[in-house]
Amino acid sequence: MSNQETYDDKVVRQFAVMTVVWGIVGMLVGVVIAAQMLFPILNFDIPWLTFSRLRPLHTNAVIFAFGGSALMGTSYYVVQRTCHAGLFMPKLAGFTFWGWMLIIVAAAITLPLGITQGKEYAELEWPIDIAIAIVWISYGVVFFGTIVKRKVEHIYVANWFYGAFIITVAVLHIFNNLAIPITWTKSYPIYSGAVDAMVQWWYGHNAVGFFLTAGFLGMMYYFVPKRAERPVYSYRLSIVHFWALISTYMWAGPHHLNYTSLPDWVQSVGMVFSLILLAPSWGGMINGMMTLSGAWHKLRTDPVLKMMIVALSFYGMSTFEGPMMAIKTVNALSHYTDWTIGHVHSGALGWVAMMTMGSLYVLIPRLYGKRDMYSIKLIDVHFWLSTIGVVLYIASMWVAGVMQGLMWRAFNDDGTLTYTFIESISATYPYYAIRLLGGTMFFFGMLIMAYNVYKTIKGSQAVSIVVPKPA
Amino acid sequence: MDLVTFRSTVLVILFITFCVLVFWAWSPKRKQAFEEAAQLAVEDDLPKDETDETKETQP
Repeated sequence: MSNQETYDDKVVRQFAVMTVVWGIVGMLVGVVIAAQMLFPILNFDIPWLTFSRLRPLHTNAVIFAFGGSALMGTSYYVVQRTCHAGLFMPKLAGFTFWGWMLIIVAAAITLPLGITQGKEYAELEWPIDIAIAIVWISYGVVFFGTIVKRKVEHIYVANWFYGAFIITVAVLHIFNNLAIPITWTKSYPIYSGAVDAMVQWWYGHNAVGFFLTAGFLGMMYYFVPKRAERPVYSYRLSIVHFWALISTYMWAGPHHLNYTSLPDWVQSVGMVFSLILLAPSWGGMINGMMTLSGAWHKLRTDPVLKMMIVALSFYGMSTFEGPMMAIKTVNALSHYTDWTIGHVHSGALGWVAMMTMGSLYVLIPRLYGKRDMYSIKLIDVHFWLSTIGVVLYIASMWVAGVMQGLMWRAFNDDGTLTYTFIESISATYPYYAIRLLGGTMFFFGMLIMAYNVYKTIKGSQAVSIVVPKPA
Repeated sequence: MDLVTFRSTVLVILFITFCVLVFWAWSPKRKQAFEEAAQLAVEDDLPKDETDETKETQP
């Protein structure tokens, strides 16, 4: 037998392929519910297909199935490469894959059945929550075990981001889902009233901050330098970026509860910390973009890098928009309108999905011993479909949201409301149509990616890469 | 300690911590270690002979 240790890439291949599959599923559900907003008849009067049940299915599928698979797969790859070590307990890593897939299937069954905790992004009921905790802790054991067995001295910055994401999501998930089970499918949270709301949005906003930001920044700090073939612009800035970002994000949650029964000072804390967040967020964005400094010409020929840079641009835009929307007076206009939906998708499609796609375009061929995807041309088509799709989506939701906010706050001279609620809905129809168009374009981009991935993998062998010997 | 003193103390401690972090990150002693670390992302682990021909034919 050979004494050369090889990297454990099987689980990375599994997660990488399933990222594409869950991306298609999750975005398809998104397109369906966007169409339902425009044509309510599309729920066919079947309870399983109502917006109220498909919407959590969409968010869970894109965040936890698509985003989660991408994060787990890339983190297993990155931690091995930057530690010069194979995975710690590779069988446990295999368990995290199958466990995560089982959890996704359980979510896809229970949510349309209406089995839910009713907490946004934490809808899954308690037996599934326990399964998530077990898989997640196993994931942490594999990841941190690999860091412990590393052969290089330094822990690369991407691993710091992935590590913070793993620890924080474990804490958030466990504490927000503490509940007393009544039956197998029903439980009640141990918190009540404003405390329950605060715990939920402490969870909810840090799901954005750590799941959708810190984790994907880990991806960015590895795959952008990898593709650009030059080290990150400033490693020092990345360290300040890391500590500033993770210590600030934790306190921003109350901005989801402005003008509610949450104590006023807590709302102010949330608003101020959200504003401070602009600084570390933009520090990270600049660090990622400036990695191309001196190599901007690569953007002309490489759609993968273009995708990553556009992803960073959307990251910059949404982390400017977010603090602005957290300001209480702006929030008074924007909250409960479609502006929020636009903001979320600027981050989730523009930043998270496009960074994932760019990274997968680097990762997947390498997992099969190649340097590039089957077709660079198709990546370019995917890039344009996604970019135009996101812009249509968020621009229409901005206009719709501001319009709704203004209509809802308009008063007549005698103090009565100028518009009924339904008038604001019917005024939103054209924007729902534009949103559906943008979302459909984004979805088609994902289908093109799936074809490209299929052609790249087909007929090629999964390769074993030898771990470099310590110098 | 009253609340205002407590808040001010926390603010000062956090600010000092941040300054120390920046000072540490930019200290000349750490420069080489960070430059080595930054290389970890760009090293190529694909075996040279297994590369497919697409890379070479790209303009």
